[in-house]
Order: sequence, then structure tokens, then C-alpha cells
Amino acid sequence: MSAHTVWKLGADIDTDQLAPGAYMKLGLSDIARHCLEGVRPDFAARVRPGDVIAAGPNFGIGSSREQAAGALVELGVRAVIAPSYSGLYFRNAFNLGLLLLTCPQAQLLEEGESIALDLPGRAVVRADGQRLACEPIPEFLLEMVQAGGLLAQLKQRMQAKREAL
Amino acid sequence: MKTQDAPAQTLAQKLIARAAGREHVAVGEIVNCQVDLAMFHDSSGPRRLKPMLEELGAQVWDKSRIVLVMDHYVPEQDDDSRRIVRIARDWAREQQLPHVYDGQGICHVVLPQKGHLRPGLFCVGGDSHSPTGGAFGAYMFGIGSTEMLGVVVTGQIWVRVPQTLRMRWDGRLVEGVSAKDMMLHMIGRFGMNGGQYQAVEFCGEAVRALSMQERMTLSNMSAEMGAQAGLIAPDEVTREALALAGVHEVDIEGWETDEQAHAIVHGFDAGALSPQVAAPHSPANTRAVDQFGDTAVQVAYIGACTGAKLDDLRAAAQVFERAGAQRLPDGVRLMVAPASQQDQAQAESEGIMERLRGLGAQVLPTACGACSGYGGSIPDGANVIATTARNFKGRMGSATAQVYLASPYTVAASALRGRITDPREVLA
Repeated sequence: MSAHTVWKLGADIDTDQLAPGAYMKLGLSDIARHCLEGVRPDFAARVRPGDVIAAGPNFGIGSSREQAAGALVELGVRAVIAPSYSGLYFRNAFNLGLLLLTCPQAQLLEEGESIALDLPGRAVVRADGQRLACEPIPEFLLEMVQAGGLLAQLKQRMQAKREAL
Repeated sequence: MKTQDAPAQTLAQKLIARAAGREHVAVGEIVNCQVDLAMFHDSSGPRRLKPMLEELGAQVWDKSRIVLVMDHYVPEQDDDSRRIVRIARDWAREQQLPHVYDGQGICHVVLPQKGHLRPGLFCVGGDSHSPTGGAFGAYMFGIGSTEMLGVVVTGQIWVRVPQTLRMRWDGRLVEGVSAKDMMLHMIGRFGMNGGQYQAVEFCGEAVRALSMQERMTLSNMSAEMGAQAGLIAPDEVTREALALAGVHEVDIEGWETDEQAHAIVHGFDAGALSPQVAAPHSPANTRAVDQFGDTAVQVAYIGACTGAKLDDLRAAAQVFERAGAQRLPDGVRLMVAPASQQDQAQAESEGIMERLRGLGAQVLPTACGACSGYGGSIPDGANVIATTARNFKGRMGSATAQVYLASPYTVAASALRGRITDPREVLA
């Protein structure tokens, strides 16, 4: 299991913080540069591929704009760990290949700590071995996120269908 | 429609069961549904869907079931918005889409006005306020562009059958209190994710007494409660509203929650509700209007799918009318962006727009505009009172503006006095 560095955020991180309306005209890479600038001005510049976000409840509330999930994928965020999500954001994240872990104890995680993800065991594993349990994710959603999202999955399926003809 | 041994079901379960081709569905199970209608706009739609469709080499599953509304970047204000709207127009032409509404108003208001909704349908929208369609007894919810791509290609989508939260409002609202106040009150009580992506159903005497557009305000802001859908069982009010939109032979029979069906019920007394205001920066930050003391406002904004429909414009005009207002206090700016062309035209014919202009209101295009921070000009540092749905920090385009959410009655009364005001003081 590889190690992931934690970025700690508060509760109610909304889609306007993740993908501010003023930049919605732009492409994803430009939106991503402004991701979370209102709460963590250093985030977009300093986050490294493989890092994870640990947040409070209600992550992703607000708009249906999927760039709010796409921006995190663009920045290489491996997963978000939070006690609860907006249902609409939850769907968008998996559709875009962003793993969301529903973890009631997410708030125990600390800024900068290094954790591992045990997906089959449904847990976030801390350096001292403490395991924070996560809620189960339907198998078809895990498959989707592992395929890289819905678009990648549709592409694979259509390819397979064409080859079968 | 219910056979004798069928289990009792909620309205949400019945709507999903129909779309899934099943007799009944159980809460918590994941089912695949056939989509009757997919709506999207210039921001979430063609500019995102077209490249993905091309990448897949796929075709649209059924053009007759697609509605495209240009409302986010119209009227175009710069090169980027011109580019985005051009993509939408070109794609609509290329695809020969039969249902395209360009600059006609905001999608959630235009969709029913053009006769696309009726009870029993299963619909998705590329916008978070898509639960608005639930006011017509349709199951409608918002999805992102990639998921919309899946719908546009396959005509199907999965749902986890939701728990139903029934919000039962007994009694009647008093004058000057409206659906917006009911919603702000519920969001304040349950929080922005209190709906937990379940189906909220609004019922009771006070809900049945609401006009169709007021019901739409309830369903619309189900999004702010974190619900997937915001349903209202169709009745004669629904039938009459649909008839006006040219939709006849509407079947409302059976589209209601069975008495024995399992649902979580919350009761409210409509008669005891006072006007509500949500303070910055969350719709859940709601208190009764009298808790706001002497809060000054410099901008009053009547706009959005939530708060600038014909009935909202009428409510605001009633406050100004009753006060005999000739002009607004110095330093107060009133901005009005009617939700649709049809609503604006009717408001013109009722003399409402003339009254608003006479007060010095700036009338803005019938589009999403400043509500989504996509256009318009909310000044930095101003206290804004708005009929919109969200007051997240920075949402309306200025990070330093303080946005308060309220009903059109309260926004009008506050504009009139230059401070947050209980509209009942003016209407009395």
C-alpha cells in the first residue's frame, strides 16, 4: 500500500469553493488552479499527485458542476475522506474517477500525516496502525472509479461491443 | 394502479418503479431506470457533452427526449461566453434538436412552461436545481455532465431507491409568508445535507393551498436540503397549471404516497411561520426576520429560478403597491431578473414591471445571471438581500459581499426600508 499525505479541511466544503463560478468559463486545468483558493490559498499550487483530502461532513454540497470533482482529479488527488458527502457530488466524483471514502472518523486525521488506503478492507490506515473504518461502496462504483470514470468505462464497453461484431 | 397484495409505496418509490419497469421497488435497492426526459443548459450541456460524444463515437439515444436551454451564459458578455453559447447553438443545429429554448429564461422555469413536464415522468437535469420538476409529480434530479453523457448515450441511469422524508405543513401561511420562508425554515432546521440524498415530499393543507410556482420554490430548494428529489403529489392545481402550458389529459391518479407506506414524517404549523432570512454564508444559517435587528442592505436582488417567477414578481410588487412606494431610499439598488420571458411578459401586462422600473429597479435579462456568479454585478462589500437559493461566500461573484436570502416579500420590504424588514409591517 502506498502512502498518501493528508490535506485537512473543515465541514461544508461547497462546489463554489472547489470550482469557483467566476472560472467556470475556463477549461478544467484553469479551474483547478483556483480550486479551494478561498479556504486554502496554497492548496492548488502545493498539492502533489497521490495526496488525499480529509474533510468534515457535507463535502461537495451545492452545484451539480462536476468540475468540482474534476478539479481534484486534475490535481492528482487520490481520494477524499469525509463523514458525509452531497449525494450529487458523490455521483459526480465516481463518474469522474475520484474515489470518495465515507469515514465517520475522518476528523481524527491530521494535516500532513501519512496514511494508507486499504480498499478491500474498507479502511484508512494511519502510520501507527490505527484503522478508521469506511462505509462499503457498491461494487459497480468501485469498478467505475478503477476504470477511470464513466467515460473511460463507456469507451471500453463500446470498444468491446465493436470487437464482438 | 395498486394491486391488492402489492406493498404500500411512497410517491418516490412508485415513480422509480415505473421507470425501472417494476411493480414495486424497495428502499435501498439500486435499480436502472429508463429516462423519459433529459434537460441540460449551455454550461453543463453541449460544451461538455459534444467532445465526449465525439470521443466515444456515439449518437444521442433519443432527440425527442432532450431539452436544451441556454440560460447561464446568455446574453453573452465576453469572448468566453460567446464561445460557449456558440457551441450550444451549433450543436443544437447539427443534431436538429427539436426542443431548444435560447434566451427564453431559466431552464427549471422554462421546462414546465413549454409543457415538457407531467406527473409520472422520470427526468434528469444537468443542473442541481433540477428537483424543481418534482413539483409536477415527476421524479427529477440533477446530475453532472459526465453522467448526462451516460444518459444521452444509453437513455438509462441508476438510482438507489431513496427513503422518503415527508414534510407535512398543516394550517395556512399568513399574508407575506411564502414557500421560500417554508424552505429556509426547513433548511435551517435540517441543515444543508439534512435530506441525505433522500426523496423529500411536501404535503399537507398548506402545501396543497400553494400555487404551482410556489410549489416549484419548495421543490427547487430541496437541492439546498441535500435531497435527491423534492416531490409534491399532483392534484387539480397541477392539472390546471399543465393545461395552461398546453398539456392536457394528465393522469394524476395514484401518484401519491400510500397511507401505509414507510416514511419519516416531520410536521410543521404553517400559520405560526414568520418570514425567514438566511444570513451569510449558508442557506442553513436561517433565523426569523425579527432576529436581524437593524441590518442595512445596499442591494436587493430579485432573480433566479428560485425567486423571480411570476408569482415572486407579484409578491414583490404587492409590497411596493401596498406601501404606495414612489422611490427607494438613497443608496439602495434594486435589481430584477425575471425567471422567464413568459413570466416577464405577464408581469408587464399586469403593470408589475412598470411599477418596478418606476421605483428605479434595474431590469436584467431573463437568465441565471448574478445568482450563479456567471454575470451581473454585485458590488464588493455590499450587504445584498436576494430571492436566490444560495449565499455561499463568493457565489454571486464578490468574495466580500454579504448575501442574505429571503422571500420576494421580504426582499421588497427590505429594499423599501434600506434594512432587513418584516414584510408584514409593510403589508399590514
